[in-house]
Parts: sequence; structure tokens; C-alpha cells
Amino acid sequence: MRLLQRFTVTALIGFLALLTGENFASAQIKIGSVLSVSGPASFLGDPEKRTLEIYVDEINAKGGVNGQKLQLIVYDDGGSADNARTFASRLVEEDKIVAMVGGSTTGSTLAMIPVFEEAKIPFISLAGAIQIIQPVRSWVFKTPHTDKMACEKIFADLKARNLTTIALISGADAFGKSMRDQCVAVAPNAGINIAIEESYGPRDSDMTPQLTNIRNKAGVLAVVNPGFGQGPAIVTRNYRQLGIALPLYQSHGVASKQFIELAGPAAEGVRLPAAALLIADKLPADDPQKPVVVDYTRTYQQKTGQAVSTFGGHAYDGLMILVQAMQRAKSADKARIRDEVERTKGYVGTGGIVNMSPTDHMGLDLSAFHMLEIKGGDWTLVPGS
Amino acid sequence: MRTLLETRLLPAIVVAVIVVMLPYFFPSAYYYRVGALVFIFTLAVVGLNLLMGFAGQVSLGHAGFLGIGAYSVVIGPVYFGLPSWLCVFVGATVSGAVAFLVGRPILRLKGHYLAVATLGFGLLVAIVLTNEASWTGGPDGMSVPKLALFNWQVRGSDAWYWIAGTTLVGGFVLALNLMESPTGRALQAIHDSEIAALVLGIDVARKKLTVFVISAMYASVAGSYLALFNGHVTPDVAGFLRSIELVAMVVLGGMGSIVGSLVGAAVLVVLPQVLTIFHEYEQALLGFILMVFMIFLRRGIVPSVAATFAGRRK
Amino acid sequence: MAELLQFVFSGLTVGAIYALVALGFTLIYKASDIINFAQGEFVMLGGMTTVFVTLAGVSLPLAALIAIIVTTAIGLALHRFAIEPARGASPVALIMITIGASIFLRGVAQIIFDRRFHSLPSLFGGDPIKFGGAAILPQSLVVLASAMVIVTLLWLFIDRTLLGKAVIATAANRLAARLIGVDTRRIVDFSFAVSAAIGAIAGVLITPIALTSYDVGTLLALKGFAAAMLGGIGSALGAVIGGLLIGLFEALAAGYLSSNYKDAVAFLIILVVLVSIPQGLFGRTKIERV
Repeated sequence: MRLLQRFTVTALIGFLALLTGENFASAQIKIGSVLSVSGPASFLGDPEKRTLEIYVDEINAKGGVNGQKLQLIVYDDGGSADNARTFASRLVEEDKIVAMVGGSTTGSTLAMIPVFEEAKIPFISLAGAIQIIQPVRSWVFKTPHTDKMACEKIFADLKARNLTTIALISGADAFGKSMRDQCVAVAPNAGINIAIEESYGPRDSDMTPQLTNIRNKAGVLAVVNPGFGQGPAIVTRNYRQLGIALPLYQSHGVASKQFIELAGPAAEGVRLPAAALLIADKLPADDPQKPVVVDYTRTYQQKTGQAVSTFGGHAYDGLMILVQAMQRAKSADKARIRDEVERTKGYVGTGGIVNMSPTDHMGLDLSAFHMLEIKGGDWTLVPGS
Repeated sequence: MRTLLETRLLPAIVVAVIVVMLPYFFPSAYYYRVGALVFIFTLAVVGLNLLMGFAGQVSLGHAGFLGIGAYSVVIGPVYFGLPSWLCVFVGATVSGAVAFLVGRPILRLKGHYLAVATLGFGLLVAIVLTNEASWTGGPDGMSVPKLALFNWQVRGSDAWYWIAGTTLVGGFVLALNLMESPTGRALQAIHDSEIAALVLGIDVARKKLTVFVISAMYASVAGSYLALFNGHVTPDVAGFLRSIELVAMVVLGGMGSIVGSLVGAAVLVVLPQVLTIFHEYEQALLGFILMVFMIFLRRGIVPSVAATFAGRRK
Repeated sequence: MAELLQFVFSGLTVGAIYALVALGFTLIYKASDIINFAQGEFVMLGGMTTVFVTLAGVSLPLAALIAIIVTTAIGLALHRFAIEPARGASPVALIMITIGASIFLRGVAQIIFDRRFHSLPSLFGGDPIKFGGAAILPQSLVVLASAMVIVTLLWLFIDRTLLGKAVIATAANRLAARLIGVDTRRIVDFSFAVSAAIGAIAGVLITPIALTSYDVGTLLALKGFAAAMLGGIGSALGAVIGGLLIGLFEALAAGYLSSNYKDAVAFLIILVVLVSIPQGLFGRTKIERV
């Protein structure tokens, strides 16, 4: 028993020593990141972390930025906004970062924004909701398309196909809910009537009751499913199980080829708005995004053995925008970096072509989204989008 | 000196000393933040310890009260224009009322059945918070207006460190007094043997309900502080994982040990921060450490350590 | 009418999943009074191990077998290295150990496997069976059938074999059991191993419907635990009935009331039932001796 006590005390001291010893001074540029690597949002955070690590290594291998190496400090908030805030505070106070790329979810981003605003550190968020950049906050930017844009893209396609009365079935998680709210807000202007709404828990395994209600609702011409992770795959499978023949639209939260694998033959004919990243090899040769997305796809697949995901792409864009801003600013001064990020023009990334401005801290427009359809187990571009 | 050491308020004095002395070791505001978080959670854990450690009732849904307290300091100011400090009290009252209503039927259950019932309660609160987006902001949560005391906006981890620390000392004093009071003794009797307590004429149901309400109010105040401190609140604050975290803090620190509450909270708040250096292995290590602690220090850290010291004195 | 049938099918599908998980809680509780919160992780390990072993090129049945064996070994290890050394600790401390174990297993799974979602092929193909205007997946029937088979096997085991009687003896009074020559440690070993195996089998069978990932265990354990308590902890049949009922409550609530609140409705009903029948549907009233 005494031996154990000694061991415990030594271990505790050892831990504390490790903790304080970690932050040795160095002439590196410190970039911080708080991501939801584990937990309910790991679908977003895991590819984001891998991407950041791969590319920071690549940049450093090529000599770094302005002659200095980058040091990436990543913390895992486990999907909790509270933890995110603590880690944000740690990045600012302890690790003394000069810039931040992270915040996998809207909740964690919103929780962290006050910390970075007060510390005057540029913060490029990787979350989707529009309220991150509207109202515009001078130190906060974001790379993913807003969920409002996704709704607009889907509704435009619905209108073009004359499917103006629809059903909405959304995941009860933050991503699904936020996009659902935007769709409801945007629908009247887009000429779309939402006849019935259902929702499901993000970890549910059967959505047939909700889909049955949708099927029984008269007048519904198409179904839209805002959600991410495994939910959309199960919804799609249940769709086929119930034999519903209406067109099904997924959201950009579906994000990767794995969805097609998981949904199986049920995915045939499903449409969704997606960034060019998902159809890298199918882009026309003169598409300015093609070299970027093909390269990212190849590198990511090679280094991780996994299919590429849009969320990883957002992290890539965030990092590159930051690095290019640093290079333009020719310094690691936080305010100068922020100014240069805001001056990003014509950045060609995985999500689209970014043109930021003092009133637009995201820089993407609807052309960044392509409407895709799943045919023969693969993505295809819907003509004219 | 002897009498000072033997006074029943000794744990509160110890905590007060810790609260005052710790900042001398803090190199930056981040440490104040961690300290404030530890104190806030300790407050909730003290309440839960009264329920679990003393009265011997298990609650797997206590984060529900954390959530009620947290959201009352958002909903009150934003929708009703109430000042934040008042909402802390309002939240505690609402939590107490909910605990009273829910506790009466539920506390008749025993053991694992009580655990499931409290689990269900916690989940219900989390579900309501997630779904009633027009009031609560839904899964993304809402921003919390800052606490304003006497025209001074409370901001900064150091301010919250002192607020949380002082409240904690107060909470300790209350809890310690409760333990030594007739109600406290009745609770211990109930823990040891409910039937014997009944035979002695103790109104078991009423006493259990009382401690349930008190523990709910502790958790509610802690939740309010958490929301005000973080500036943002999400439904996760009432979630299942949060409830388990609280129970782990109680058990780790030592069930029935008020000081143990501080130790348990400190370990589970600081440990994840320390373990970040292990990156990928963070979670696995956390689970492993938890297991090791419970296997070797199975009565909790404080009682086990105290027992070894007591053993040595012989 | 067709829609009610569909809701029932959905409820049975989900309920069968909960039932299989709930069964895993039963045996360990029967033998040792412990609620093993790592049971969800056994289900996860069954599914994920099978997925990754098949990805390595092994055939599905063999991969499933390997997964079950590995998970059983882990269940045994859990008892030997984590629970057994803490024998004599309070029930809450033991539960905390199992919670620590579940966090540990989740953490390890993240590293060894990955953080994505995976599926397995269904046993009888993905085409739904249509009946009365509603559709049910054949895999759901497989899950349902296995739950019934396991319940029957468990009952036969407890009731008809000497080993089963030894389990009951161990649960009733450990000291007395040892006095009559029962190796209680082996009994509890055995119960952990079998529960882990049940969990792994559940994982393999559930994955074609519900998909799997490193953290499916948490929610499944929660629902499975609730199901086991609803049915009366210690009763295998109760666990299955409890699971099916929860699944049905959720599906009917989603279909007829509000899909937002379906989980809330299910738990509300559990609360109401427990308050009226404090020992669960099939549980035995614990007679407390003074």
C-alpha cells in the first residue's frame, strides 16, 4: 500500500513536470487549433486534425513561413463547447499562439469567439452556421460554406425541377438543426413550400416512422435531409426500404465517398450540394480548383488511407489562407495577419474561390457549390450547376 | 490550535486557505480559469455527495439541475430582462421545485432502479433544452450576458476564481453544518439502514426529499456560474456524460467526504488538461487512470489516504 | 393501418437491438450484482473488430468469430484485472470501474480502429420484406430471433445445468456458495465472458442495420441499461421485453406524436412504469432482511 502511495505521488509529480516542461521557448510560429476530434462531432474533427497535421508538416518541410517553422498545437474538445473554451484560454495564455484555425462545431466556435476577440487573435473557424460571420466580427473568419448557401443551392435545383412542395427530415444535432432553420427561413423567397417536417436523433438506427409520415403526406414532391454523420446514410437506406420514389436531397454534411458505401444501392439518384473536392477527378480540366483538389485528395488518401472529406478540406483552406496571409504580411504580428486574411482575394481552395472583404469574412458565393448526383455508386455533376 | 483542528468547520477553513493561497502559484489567467472551474464543479459535487455519500441515494441525472441553473441565467436576462444575479437564485428555486416534484415519486425507488429514474430525468431535461430552440437556442446554445454586480461587469477568469471560491467556502460551511445537524444524522441513519431509521421514527421519505432538493440547488448554482463564466451555454451541460462526470468526481474523491468533493473535482478537471500531451492516447489514459484509482483507492482518494494515515499513527 | 404496422416494425427493429444489449447486463448482474457499463463497448468491439478484420481480407463468418473470441477475452480480462482486484468495494466504486473501463476501451478503439462509421453486409441481403403495406429488413428479424434464442439458452442454462445453479448460488450469497464448493471467482469470470460474447454477437448482428463506430457503445449501454431495468434487472426475458417496449415506445412516439420528443416519451413511460412497479416488469421484489 505504501509502495502504491509513493508511486502515485511520483506519477503526479511527473505529470506536473511534463505539463510545465512542454512549453519551451522556440522561434516557431505557433498556430493553435481546438477541434472535436473525439465525441459526437468526430466526423468533423478527425479529418480536420489529420489535414492540419499533414499540411503543417509539408509546409515545414518546404522551409516554413517567412523562414520560420510552424508549430501546430491541437487540443481535442471532445465535442463540448465548455472544453473548447478552456482550451482556447489555454492557447491564448499558455501556448501564446498568434493565430487559430479550428472550432469544428458552431457551438464550440461561439463559445471560443469571446476569448480570441479579447486577445485580438485572428480566428478562422471551421464551422458551418451563418451567425459565426453575421454580424461580422473583426477577428473571426470562416472557411466552410454556410448552411444558408446549401439550402439556397438545393432550393434552386428543386425549383428548376418544379418540385416546389417538399418534406424536411433533419438530424437533431447542431448541424442538422442549424441547416433546417436556414432552410425554413429561405424557403418562401425561393418559392418552396415545406409541407411537413420530421427529425431524428443523430445516433438513431431506424427512421422509418418519420419517413412513413412523410410518405403519407399528400402533395410532397421531394425530401431534403439536413444532417451529418451516419444519420443520412440510415435515412437513405430506410428510404429505399420503404420504397419511396420521390427525389431525395442530402446536405453537404454528408461530405465524403463513405456515404455512398454506407448507403449502398439506396444512394442511387440522391442529389446534394457539394464543394468541388468531392468530384476532384471529374472536374473539367480548365477548372481553377482542379489542381488544388486533386492534389489534396491524393495527399490525404495517401497519408491516411481514408477517403477525403469536405470537412478536412475546410481545414486545408483555413490553414492555407492563414499561411498565405502570413506570407503577405511578412510578419507574425497578429493584427497584420488579421488584416491580410481579410484581404484574401482569389484564393483557390477545396471549398471554392475565396474573396474576403471587411463585410464578408467567408468569401464564398453560391458558385462554390456544385449540385452532385450519385450515379452508379459514384458522384456525378448535375449538368448546369 | 487543537480546537481549531477539531472544529467541524475544518474542511471549510482548509478550502478557504487553498482558495486564497493558490493564486500565488498561477502564472497566467488560464490557471485562474482552471481553478474557477474546479471550484464551480466542486460546488455541484458537494451537493451530489450529500445525496450519494450521506443519504446513499444514487443520481445519474444530476447534470439536469446543472442545466436548469445554466439556462436560467440566459433565459432570465434575455427574455425577461431580469438581472443575472437574481437569475442565479431563480434558477436555484426552480431546480429545488423540480427536484421536489420529481423526487417525491422517484425516491421511493431503490438502488439501480433509482439510478435509471434519475438517468431518465437528466435525459428529459437535456432533450427539452435541445428541442425548445425558441427559448434555449437549440443544440448550438446561446450566448450568456455577462454578470453585472453593482454596475461592474464581471469579466475575467480571476474575478470568477474569487466568486466561485467564496461561494464554495459558503457551500462547504452549509454542507458541514447540515451534516452535523439532526437532518444530517438522520441521513446517515438512512444510509446505514433505511428500515432501522424508519423504526426510529425518522421520516425517511421527507429527509431523502430534503437532501435531494438541497443537492439540486447546489448543482443549479454551479450551473449558473458555469454559464456566466463561459459566456455560452449548450444543452450538453445537462447531458448524460456530464452527469457521469459528476458521479465520478464524487466517487473518486470519496463518497461522504466533503473535502473529497474538492479532490474529485480537481482530478477530473485538471487531468484532461494534463493528459493533452498524450494526444491520441488521452481518452484511453483517462479511462485507465480512473480504473486504477478506483481499484486501489476504492473508497475514494480522501478516505483511503486518511485511512492510511490513521493506520500509521498506531 | 399500414402505417401502424410500419411503426411497429420500426419499434421491433430498434427494440431488438436494445434487447440484445440489455441481455448482456443481465448475466453479469445475476452472478455478481454489478452493472457493467462497459457492456456497450463489448457491442462496439464485436462490430468494429469484425469490420476491420474483414477489411484485412478475412471472410465475414471467420471475422465475426474472431471478433467474438477477442471480445470474450476482453470481458474476461475486465473481470480478472479490474473487477476482481476491487472485490469488496462498494457497488458505486465497481460501477465507476466499469465506467473507467468503457472510457478506456473507447479510447483504445479510436487508436486501433478509426473514428469513422462502418457497416457490415446483412445476413440475408438488404431487400426488405414487405408485409401488409409495411417493410421490415430481414436483418431485423435475425436480431429479434437471436434475442429469443439467447433468452431461451440462458433460461435453459440457469434452470437446467449445474453451472447455472452455481451462478444463482453465487448471486444469492457468495460466501455460502464458496462454502459448498462453488468456485465463485470462476463463476463470475464465466458470466463476464458470456456477457461479452453476447455483446459481441449483438454487435455483429446490429451493425448491418445501425452501423458502427468507436463510440456506439455509450448510447447503446444507456438504452440497454434502461431496458434491463424496465424489464426487471436479473430477468433475461424482462431484458428482452424491456428492450422491445422501449423500441416500440420510441417508434410510436416518433410516428404519432413528435419525432423531436420520441426519446423523451420513452423515458417518461419508463419513469411512470418504475414508479408504479418499483422492481420492473419481471423483476423479483427484493426482500430486505433486517
